[in-house]
Amino acid sequence: MAEERKRRKLIPNRTPIPEQDPKKRGSNFKEVSLGYTTEQALEEAERCIRCAKPQCVKGCPVGVQIGDFIELVQEKNFQGAIDKIKETNILPAVCGRVCPQEDQCEKLCVVGKKFEPVAIGRLERFVADWERDHGQKTKPKVAKSTGKTVAIVGSGPAGVTAASDLAQMGHKVTVFEALHEPGGVLLYGIPEFRLPKSIVAEEIACLTDLGVDIQTNAVVGKLMTVDELMEDFDAVFIGSGAGLPNFMGIDGENLNGVYSANEFLTRTNLMKAYDFPKFDTPIKVGDRVAVVGGGNVAMDSVRTALRLGAEEAIIVYRRSDAELPARAEEVHHAHEEAIRFELLTSPTKVIGEDGWVKAIECVRMELGEPDDSGRRRPVPIKGSEFQIPVNVVVMSIGTGANPLVPQSTKNLDLNKWGYIVADEETGRTSREGVYAGGDIVTGSATVILAMGAGRKAAGDIHRYLMGEPEPEVETAAEVKNQP
Amino acid sequence: MKSDLTKILETKLIREPDVFYFKLDAPAIARKAKPGQFVIIRLNEQGERIPLSLADINPDEGTISLIVMAVGKTTAEFVELKTGDEISDVCGPLGQPTHIEKLGKVIVSGGGFGVAPLFPIARAFKAAGNEVVCVMGARSADLLIYEDEMQTVCDRVLVTTDDGSKGTKGVVTVALEEELKKGDTDLVICVGPAIMMKFVAFTTKNYNVKTMVSLNPIMVDGSGMCGACRVSVGGETKFACTDGPEFDGHQVDWDLLMSRQQMYLSEEKESFEAWKARHAHLLETS
Ligand SMILES: Cc1cc2nc3c(=O)[nH]c(=O)nc-3n(C[C@H](O)[C@H](O)[C@H](O)COP(=O)(O)OP(=O)(O)OC[C@H]3O[C@@H](n4cnc5c(N)ncnc54)[C@H](O)[C@@H]3O)c2cc1C
Ligand SMILES: Cc1cc2nc3c(=O)[nH]c(=O)nc-3n(C[C@H](O)[C@H](O)[C@H](O)COP(=O)(O)OP(=O)(O)OC[C@H]3O[C@@H](n4cnc5c(N)ncnc54)[C@H](O)[C@@H]3O)c2cc1C
Ligand code: SF4
Ligand code: SF4
Ligand code: FES
Repeated sequence: MAEERKRRKLIPNRTPIPEQDPKKRGSNFKEVSLGYTTEQALEEAERCIRCAKPQCVKGCPVGVQIGDFIELVQEKNFQGAIDKIKETNILPAVCGRVCPQEDQCEKLCVVGKKFEPVAIGRLERFVADWERDHGQKTKPKVAKSTGKTVAIVGSGPAGVTAASDLAQMGHKVTVFEALHEPGGVLLYGIPEFRLPKSIVAEEIACLTDLGVDIQTNAVVGKLMTVDELMEDFDAVFIGSGAGLPNFMGIDGENLNGVYSANEFLTRTNLMKAYDFPKFDTPIKVGDRVAVVGGGNVAMDSVRTALRLGAEEAIIVYRRSDAELPARAEEVHHAHEEAIRFELLTSPTKVIGEDGWVKAIECVRMELGEPDDSGRRRPVPIKGSEFQIPVNVVVMSIGTGANPLVPQSTKNLDLNKWGYIVADEETGRTSREGVYAGGDIVTGSATVILAMGAGRKAAGDIHRYLMGEPEPEVETAAEVKNQP
Repeated sequence: MKSDLTKILETKLIREPDVFYFKLDAPAIARKAKPGQFVIIRLNEQGERIPLSLADINPDEGTISLIVMAVGKTTAEFVELKTGDEISDVCGPLGQPTHIEKLGKVIVSGGGFGVAPLFPIARAFKAAGNEVVCVMGARSADLLIYEDEMQTVCDRVLVTTDDGSKGTKGVVTVALEEELKKGDTDLVICVGPAIMMKFVAFTTKNYNVKTMVSLNPIMVDGSGMCGACRVSVGGETKFACTDGPEFDGHQVDWDLLMSRQQMYLSEEKESFEAWKARHAHLLETS
């Protein structure tokens, strides 16, 4: 069958995905992308040539058996397809929506060498959604109890994946989450219009089905330390993310109306300020909103501002279009929604009146010599200062490591930015029995990389708890301790 | 999935008509909490997250106490709760504890509900071997809270009222200044409305006495993730929830704090009015 397909003529373009009309969607929080219909999914699945040595899998940090699941889609065995994905990925409905596929699985797809790559992410989303609508959720198998216990700090993608794997291996797992609901950035950061919160809740409910105990409102480092957890549990995994918001340090940054992206998105997503006063948490809906930054978080913030009711929502970014770190798809969606882009522009101060933001003063930039990152360094053009009148400013210039966990844990090695030093392959830290992974180790990265880290750590924690022989790897701690 | 509701074990009205005492069943928090820390509560699924100071901590009993003053929608809803009711979320202990050590003479000074969180702080300073003097103030005698409790843990309690209905007539700083003049004060700790803390800090500055104030900006997560609580201390931006809430009162940018506290004034009014309307309707039909 695969042979026959290879001989057939390839369809160069991927099947388009239906989306909400850009004019309408700017005023609601419903999902932008509507997902494939069964016919569209089958059409797209046909574009996969079922390579004998699929390259796509190498691009997936958790190794989803892409060819196998797409073949099952071709055979209309959607249940089989979702079960296949779930062997390696416990959050398919999430990953199908938010993975930067163009840099991962789809980047390596063979079809993509000549034509557009197979839309792997959209197919993954399709089968995950299909299961939610039609399927009988197949319960993952849980191994016989080992009598061992593991504590997980943080319920973002890293923590959730580690918890799920360890529970399936028969360990008793307890997750400690600082906020009142589990999900990490999936819940408080990524907006409803890209990732509906009901989906996050359902995928997390799978954890409870596995017998994982989730303790919310539990701030590790305050309610208990990692050292205390080590007294009650056989191992600890830290997946506390990179949630400390950065500010620029410019004048006027503490004026009323200036938010960090974290605050702006948390108020909107987690606290549902868009439904104020039905929900108690307020948010300042600016008529004119400037979002400083050019990453995914900035795109999410600016599109959120638009949906909250801003007349004009503006991206202020210091490099050019080509350097925008956000996914191309997000930038495209933002353009469609008439977001204004002030590129090669950097804020110099926030101007206020009676304690409130009135404008943001910016300077134009030009690109000079490449810097350490290989990108051309933006340099201010003298005398080009100008003002953009706004009443809300959202700072979206990255996050750092929240010090609560690292600083309250004894003998835990940190790097110079305060992130936890952990071995890439095993998640081991400088403390025996303490593992870490996700954004708290790498700095802000992606959902799927955090999941990959959670999975690798779970594997090594299992070996450690069961006293199985060590594989031949040097841990970060060993490397560090060498003279 | 939500298994961590927190039960209210006891409530009482401690000052007509709007200040209430609550004792909560929270053994894990009680085991860990120290004077000067706070919790963040969310009453229900629609609720806002609001910070409240710990007015008492009882690790043996597994309880914490809060004093809540009804000033807006969430606190008004809170004070209607009865013994046996449950709160959706109680998160803590948060913030840095008060640094307790033996110094000599410590003045704890409070206004409004601020006297309540000073109670465990005063008790700890006393236990550490200090002479502890409480200077508390209110507009009139019937607005004073926690005076009896303070008597049990302080060497002296000085009361001021604006109208002279009890103790010294005048604002807190009048009585405070009398104490400072003696020249033997090692530390002042002040908890209360921003304006009161500002004037206390101004007063102590003249006497060069170290003064710690407990700042109360608007908060969301309370764990350093959002930056809503930023305050400026000594020209540097700090997060009150993780770096504080206590800071050196002589370094605080008070105008910024008070300005930021006003950020949602119109929304708060809208929310409170809507609640009162719904509420009146409920009372009528019940
Ligand atoms: C707005 C936004 C949009 C994004 N968009 C995308 C995207 O489209 N695609 C993509 O792949 N990635 C995206 N990312 C990045 C991605 O979400 C993160 O890389 C990923 O969530 C990291 O997972 P994690 O498990 O390491 O940490 P997090 O998701 O940050 O979860 C950490 C959890 O730990 C909790 N925690 C923190 N401290 C403590 C403590 N002391 N005690 C207990 N719990 C604690 C936190 O409350 C949180 O729930 C986005 C990020 C943001 C902010
Ligand atoms: C560290 C700290 C400790 C506190 N301890 C106590 C206490 O022990 N007892 C007590 O009664 N009150 C305490 N407060 C104040 C209490 O949090 C506010 O009164 C409460 O949030 C008001 O909410 P509301 O909906 O009832 O009123 P609203 O009408 O919403 O607000 C009234 C005022 O309270 C402040 N406020 C509103 N929302 C918040 C928020 N999310 N976080 C902080 N402040 C807010 C604003 O300045 C606002 O103008 C404390 C505040 C802080 C920061
Ligand atoms: S999990 Fe992400 S990277 Fe892996 S196959 Fe799915 S979409 Fe691609
Ligand atoms: S590389 Fe592309 S064509 Fe080949 S199996 Fe993977 S998705 Fe299909
Ligand atoms: S309340 Fe969010 S950082 Fe302090």
